[in-house]
Amino acid sequence: MIPEPVIQTKQLRKSYGKFEAVRGLDLCIEPNRITGFLGANGAGKSTTIKMLLGMIKPTSGGGSVLGRKIDDPKASVDMRRHVAYVSEDKRLYAYMTVEQIIRFTRACYTDWRPDVEQSLLRTYALPLDRKIKALSKGMRTKLALLLALSRRPSLLILDEPGDGLDPCGVEELLESLVAQSSEGTSIFFSSHQIAEVERIADNICILDKGKLIMDSSMDDLRQSYRQITLVFPEVPVEREFQLAGVERIRTSGHQMAVYASGNAEAVVERARNLHATSIDVTPVTLRDIYLQTVRET
Amino acid sequence: MILKLTPTAGQPLYVQLMEQIRHATESGALRDGDQLPGIRTLAEDLVISPNTVAKAYSELEHEGLLELRHGAGAFVSLNRRGKLLADQVSQARQRVGRLIGELLDEGLRDDEIRRVFEAELLQAGELARKR
Repeated sequence: MIPEPVIQTKQLRKSYGKFEAVRGLDLCIEPNRITGFLGANGAGKSTTIKMLLGMIKPTSGGGSVLGRKIDDPKASVDMRRHVAYVSEDKRLYAYMTVEQIIRFTRACYTDWRPDVEQSLLRTYALPLDRKIKALSKGMRTKLALLLALSRRPSLLILDEPGDGLDPCGVEELLESLVAQSSEGTSIFFSSHQIAEVERIADNICILDKGKLIMDSSMDDLRQSYRQITLVFPEVPVEREFQLAGVERIRTSGHQMAVYASGNAEAVVERARNLHATSIDVTPVTLRDIYLQTVRET
Repeated sequence: MILKLTPTAGQPLYVQLMEQIRHATESGALRDGDQLPGIRTLAEDLVISPNTVAKAYSELEHEGLLELRHGAGAFVSLNRRGKLLADQVSQARQRVGRLIGELLDEGLRDDEIRRVFEAELLQAGELARKR
């Protein structure tokens, strides 16, 4: 049985005048997983997230979050009880103090966990009596995270949660996300910190110019993507290597570099048949995959 | 048990985890009956997805190397096959060691030997799958 996705969209679109921010997005996010949502600035990530949460209205298409339709205001309000969200701008009531907003938020939700709140307060060392408008960017991010992570939601949606955090802060954030995931919370987060996404994500979605250009598990990416560097006694012919899975070939004299999204074994076999004098197979990092994929489209 | 995963390696993290736990039992770092950390503890420790730990544990249980007791955790269970495998691996290590020694004597460098091994392994793995 296929488990019901926590997020699903069908041909979701959002236009601002002539500009199409999201162009026919079909998302299907599995439950109980950590999904990284990658894409350049302006690729449509935040617009997508805001549509999912019912904060902006899709131009066409639709979707559901935790089985509730995103364009039905009543269902959306009900959905928000089970979803915690950290926005991109981490905007909070500027006139409140740290203590006031924690008390205020705690009262809004039935899934609040005082023990987690206390432990995050200690970790983040936030000044309780300081006004939000006087907090640094990093502190504001930490406060926004505390308000989301102190809950025990079914789904956690974070838009650039590591923004403004120093390396220690990022590490604490990742640990918190892993802890949340251990308790059965599904996590969907956008980020530019690819090396961090690579560490904790189960699945990766890459958005480019409002379209989904990759949807894969990290296991598959690690297993399939390879860079194969070859040296031949004769100048090699690129045509020989245009095999299934080969995404890009570069030649320089007797050397050839093959970038493959799968089927590396066939490339090695072909190279061997062509009497390659050196065959070097190396894995490809998520950063390389991202750059390759986004630049190609 | 000390584990170190490499997120940028071309191997799923759960496979890396399985190999390191298997290696720990082969080298004697983990003994029969030893308890492994719980899924959540290990996931937080390594800062990886709990699904990765769960998958590695469940695959190792399938192989018969771990016993998962509900609510109590994961325990190493070295049956006869496990002990046999440990012997095989230790013999293999000696044979590969001798071969590498010979190749080094013939003037090949470490990285050249490594490339040859990796390319051959890839080829052998592919052949095995086709069979």
